[in-house]
Amino acid sequence: MYRIIKYVMLDILKNKILLFYTLLLAVLSWSVFSLEDNATKGVLTLLNMVLLTVPLIAVIFSAIYVYNCGEFIELLVSQPIKRTKIYISIFTGLSISLLLAFMVGAGLPILIFSFNLSGLHLIMAGIFSTLVFTALAFLSASLTRDKAKGLGIAILTWLFFALLFDGIILFLVFQFAEYPIEKMMIGISVLSPIDLSRILVLLELDVSAMMGYTGAIFKEFFGTLTGRLFTILLLLLWTIIPFLIAMFRFRKKDL
Amino acid sequence: MGLSAIGLGRQLLTGPFKQYPTIKQAISKSQAGDTVLVFAGTYKEGNIIIDKPIYFKGTGDPVIDGELKYEVLSVKSPNVTIEGFTIRNSGHGSLDDPGGIKVYASNNVIIQNNKIENNFFGIYIQYSKHCLIRNNYIISNATDEQLIGNGIHCWKSDSLQITSNEIQGHRDGIYFEFVTNSGIFLNHSKNNIRYGLHFMFSNNDSYVLNTFTGNGAGVAVMFTKNVKMFHNVFEQNWGDAAYGLLLKEISDSQIAGNKFISNTSGIYMEGTNRIIVTKNSFHQNGWGMRIQASCMDNIITKNNFTANTFDITTNGTLVLNNFDGNYWDKYEGYDLNKDKKGDVPYHPISLFSVIVEMNPPAMLLYRSIIVSLLDKSEKLIPSLTPDLFRDNTPLMRAIEL
Repeated sequence: MYRIIKYVMLDILKNKILLFYTLLLAVLSWSVFSLEDNATKGVLTLLNMVLLTVPLIAVIFSAIYVYNCGEFIELLVSQPIKRTKIYISIFTGLSISLLLAFMVGAGLPILIFSFNLSGLHLIMAGIFSTLVFTALAFLSASLTRDKAKGLGIAILTWLFFALLFDGIILFLVFQFAEYPIEKMMIGISVLSPIDLSRILVLLELDVSAMMGYTGAIFKEFFGTLTGRLFTILLLLLWTIIPFLIAMFRFRKKDL
Repeated sequence: MGLSAIGLGRQLLTGPFKQYPTIKQAISKSQAGDTVLVFAGTYKEGNIIIDKPIYFKGTGDPVIDGELKYEVLSVKSPNVTIEGFTIRNSGHGSLDDPGGIKVYASNNVIIQNNKIENNFFGIYIQYSKHCLIRNNYIISNATDEQLIGNGIHCWKSDSLQITSNEIQGHRDGIYFEFVTNSGIFLNHSKNNIRYGLHFMFSNNDSYVLNTFTGNGAGVAVMFTKNVKMFHNVFEQNWGDAAYGLLLKEISDSQIAGNKFISNTSGIYMEGTNRIIVTKNSFHQNGWGMRIQASCMDNIITKNNFTANTFDITTNGTLVLNNFDGNYWDKYEGYDLNKDKKGDVPYHPISLFSVIVEMNPPAMLLYRSIIVSLLDKSEKLIPSLTPDLFRDNTPLMRAIEL
């Protein structure tokens, strides 16, 4: 199993696209922090990047990789190795390399320029964005054999969570403006991994505004230690459940 | 002031094993201009009334205890000085408002260097002129809200000076009603249940260099003219109805050199006219200023707005105030002619702040990508936000304060 992880990682780390991704993150982060005069504004700009770019790259790169190593998987399946082990190894190798790219590219400058709670939460948001969207890529790849279709599903998933979902919530907020919807909002935002990551950082950055009446309800829920652990648990579930579904389908699949 | 007879007259020594064992005896034997010197000990004598112009001084931190039943000290004579006591445990009552020290229609009273603990009202002044309250430490530990009065309560008075006191845990830290020509300087009012400072119908006053921290609802100035608010710090007043500074029906006043840090709302203005807000710093507030549409002819200039979630919001489209010449860290314009003023007007009201004003739960969507996109498009083509609400000459650099 470790050997497969090692092969996958070596294979990916040699990949030029991943190198480019690391460079892109590094250039963005370093320039943002050196251009802005205060680190908080830098964290804000990077938050948008973490919520937009990181999931996009994670989902596309992972989906393409899973399709491309189809032959490698077939080869491995012919060996006396359990299918679940193969799948877990590929997932681990892939996500470790993506996380490595994120940590080197963005994590390092964040730690250097903004070593505080908001910075650490931003890094956590980035880590979970990577993990969740890698898992979602595995899920979309397991849904169809057609590479174009699978990639399409992956990109649509990203588009849905990054843009459409919040639009729908905003629409709902206006439709149900007359009702006490604060609790419902918490329930709905749990349904999007990007929103969960965003709220983690938001509660650090905009704590003053979040102490207003409605904000206080959110703060009470997400801001406490239990709430934070709950958020992390939910993000872990967002990683594990799509991956388990994908693995379940892979185990039954006729290659 | 100053007629309070320090050094004049006799000295009446009071305390265990002294000339007078009780304070009441000493006061009844004293004459105008005497010093009643109280030595260390705990005195439980019910309500002590000072009805002569004497210098009432404690040495070695004597404690006067009201046993939660009586008003502790009542001053019913002008020219009294009270210094160096710990005054604690006054009674409660909503009819006669008992206090730790209550001054009844007496001028030139000085209250200084006392510790005033766990009283209903800390220091209560009514119908008095030229009083000085200096360097007292006033604290209440009560938890039932109806059992807590104000720290320093002033009613229908004139020319008071309230300096260098520390007040915490009361209902309002300092309360002014119908008090004129008075000054509040260098006080620290923190963690009070309601307001750190509460002004009602008190004209021609100034408060300078005070710090207001973590009060239930911040500082409120209401129904007043000609108030000068200079160089105060308003910080960490958190909550939906909490404001660094709440202005209601104020006119012809000045707010300058203050710092508003980490409040849910820095300044909230309602029915406020002809106020000049200048050289203040608004930092890390949820809302820097909330200006209701009922305000007019206010001038907001040369302030720094930095790291606020929203710089300014309003509840209408009518704009009768002037916002020119401030520094906004969210400004994205340019300065081609190098006059240190941006060439494009700045619109401090973002679309999302309007949305949140209408629909507070939408706050949970803040900083999401869709919201950033909406804000950007609104900046290009304003449709929902009031177009006239703008700074025509935004500064490129923060003002040194």
